[in-house]
Amino acid sequence: MGDIAFHYSYIMIIILLVIGLYGMLGKRNLIKKIIGLNIFQTAIFLFFIEGGLKDGGTVPVIDPALGTEAAIYFNPLPHVMILTAIVVSVATTGVAMALLLTIYRNYTSLEEDIILERMGK
Amino acid sequence: MIERYDSIIVDITCRIMVPFIQLFGMYVIFHGHYSPGGGFQGGVLLASSMILHRLSLGYKESYLKLPPARASVLGTGGMFLFILTALTPIFFGGVFLDYGFLPIPGLEPAELRYYGILIAEIWIGIAVFGCLVVIFDRLTERRLD
Amino acid sequence: MIEHLPALIPISLILFAFIAGILGMMKYRLSRYLAILGAVAAFGLSVTSTIHVLQTGTMSYHFGNWPPPYGIEFVMDTLTCFMVLVITGIGSILLMFPTKPGFMIDEQKSATLYTLVLLFMAGLCGMVMAGDLFNLYVFLEISSLTTFALVSIGGGKASVASFRYLIMASIGGCFYLLGVGFIYFSVGSINMADVFQLLPAVYDSPSVIGGAFLIITGLCLKMALFPFHTWLPDSDTYAPPVVAAFSAAVQIEVPAYVITRLLLNVFSQDFMVTLTPITDIIAWISAAGIIIASILAIAQNNFRRMLAYSSVAQVAYIGLGIGLANPLGIVGGIFHIMAHSLMKGSLFLIAGGLHHHNGIWNIQGFQGLGRRMPWTIGALTIAALGMIGIPPTAGFFSKWYLLLGSIDSGKWVFVAVMLISSLLNAVYFFRIIEKAFTPLNNQAASSDNPRELPGKMLAPILILATGILVAGALNVVIINNLIMPVAEGL
Repeated sequence: MGDIAFHYSYIMIIILLVIGLYGMLGKRNLIKKIIGLNIFQTAIFLFFIEGGLKDGGTVPVIDPALGTEAAIYFNPLPHVMILTAIVVSVATTGVAMALLLTIYRNYTSLEEDIILERMGK
Repeated sequence: MIERYDSIIVDITCRIMVPFIQLFGMYVIFHGHYSPGGGFQGGVLLASSMILHRLSLGYKESYLKLPPARASVLGTGGMFLFILTALTPIFFGGVFLDYGFLPIPGLEPAELRYYGILIAEIWIGIAVFGCLVVIFDRLTERRLD
Repeated sequence: MIEHLPALIPISLILFAFIAGILGMMKYRLSRYLAILGAVAAFGLSVTSTIHVLQTGTMSYHFGNWPPPYGIEFVMDTLTCFMVLVITGIGSILLMFPTKPGFMIDEQKSATLYTLVLLFMAGLCGMVMAGDLFNLYVFLEISSLTTFALVSIGGGKASVASFRYLIMASIGGCFYLLGVGFIYFSVGSINMADVFQLLPAVYDSPSVIGGAFLIITGLCLKMALFPFHTWLPDSDTYAPPVVAAFSAAVQIEVPAYVITRLLLNVFSQDFMVTLTPITDIIAWISAAGIIIASILAIAQNNFRRMLAYSSVAQVAYIGLGIGLANPLGIVGGIFHIMAHSLMKGSLFLIAGGLHHHNGIWNIQGFQGLGRRMPWTIGALTIAALGMIGIPPTAGFFSKWYLLLGSIDSGKWVFVAVMLISSLLNAVYFFRIIEKAFTPLNNQAASSDNPRELPGKMLAPILILATGILVAGALNVVIINNLIMPVAEGL
């Protein structure tokens, strides 16, 4: 039990993942789905950065006073991967907003069941 | 279309703030390779300065400063120039993205990589700036129907 | 220049994308010709690299001259060359279809359209060649983002379909990224060859098993495998015809190829077959998907929606081939990628041409078309015979290898599934062919005579239809040289 409490950040990441998934799949308003997608992706970014932490480390820029041993600097590779993933997230949100504009202009509603009804399913 | 916000305090403040935000954005781009920052972050800051301009001063004045078509050309052109910079080392003996072989005279390969990353970050910053301004313009344009 | 080819194939497509975008804003027609030129140039480069790889073995390209575990790597072996040939070849033929009927868009706005299409093809080529797991995610998202925009061109209903596809595809991509994170933190590297060597030491840890399940689930979402297929019928029905052809012909098969690559080169056979039931699960849900999707296709009245459900069934064939996990099964699955892309590409182009030129949307409209539109219905017949699996077409050979693979693995259920599904395919394709070849009773009285499709629309359709027969005739050459050397490593 002490082990799980020590890794409290992973528990928060799981909670955020589940909130994001529920928002994407359980809510009927389309904007809430996009917000759920953003929360889901943010949780994944937190997971990556959490994994790159080291006990007692410092930022990954070589400091002449501390030497060049690799064990005292944080792992910079997850940070670089997350930069790219953030760009993908921003682009996806931009495309989703543009799609929502088109849907609103055609159906004047942003609730999924009303849109499906007006589409004639 | 965003109309001009009708208050003189907002007008003067935003007119003063926009160049400073752009300066900070360029600072973030130029220091991207050895401190937090880089092309994408600096490009977002530059775009936010332009969005502030559009929001506070209205579309009539802001479209004179940066027309939407020119922002689109900036976005595409920045990306195109980045690809060209990455392709140049192939003709001079290196592989793709190997900045050590860029044809700038009088520099060693290690320094060439340093400046090569800087040049790539500048093109990416311009590309991101153009793309985000295009997204904002498309989301707020008035449909003629 | 030969050793730079792995990077030049996606980069040339990106360059032509931006040139077509910038020059197309000034003169509209230029963007279409530049796009075709770019796709044909990429096809030429991929043919050159195939010849080079067949002579000298696997090509590996290090970006920025950083050696592999530290830097980005592109790897081209014979299976990769096969996939790049399919993507660029089918792409350049599909781009020859004229803009207005193919994309439902006026020529004034077509500059950004061809930029998106070329970026889509570049994303797929990069995904196929990537040598490490994270670059695969980047190119996967590039191809998905352009598809969201391309599908929504078709109007109001297409935007809703594209939004549903956006939600499901983003979940898939994020699951893949989470799985890559699990693997990276267990092993310490994301390069595929490196992971292959470092992974056996940690096979038993829950994070590796969880990461593998997450990666496979994310790729199955992108692939429209059976329980996750709900985005495909809407997206293919309402999207513009050429975009639906791209989506069904190339885009859904590339994640299936990625799962094969993971099976062969990252998680070895010990992990995916004996330690965890991943390939068994894929095989069983593919078998269920084949039967259920074929039955659903019979129930459709709309020609495009029927083709979409048929795509779900055909992708499940590829999944079955992967799930069998023996060399003949994998050969059958990968060859089916090429056969299916040729057949579905021509079928979607025929559907688009018929809708634009003659207004035919449902299956009832096919009555009596055989006499008025001989070339079109001829191509339709060849494609339909290929989907059912009749001998000289390429579809027969891929199903033959899948049958041999399932007999090899001793699971007779899959043999029965494949035979029943061929019968179901025959049901829903023969009713169209029968309607097309039966003449109408009052031919003289019908005022709206369906005319034959014009030459510009007919040319890509006929090229793809002859490609089905050519691929069937050359299948031994293709399989022995390109697919077998990699599949035998199993």
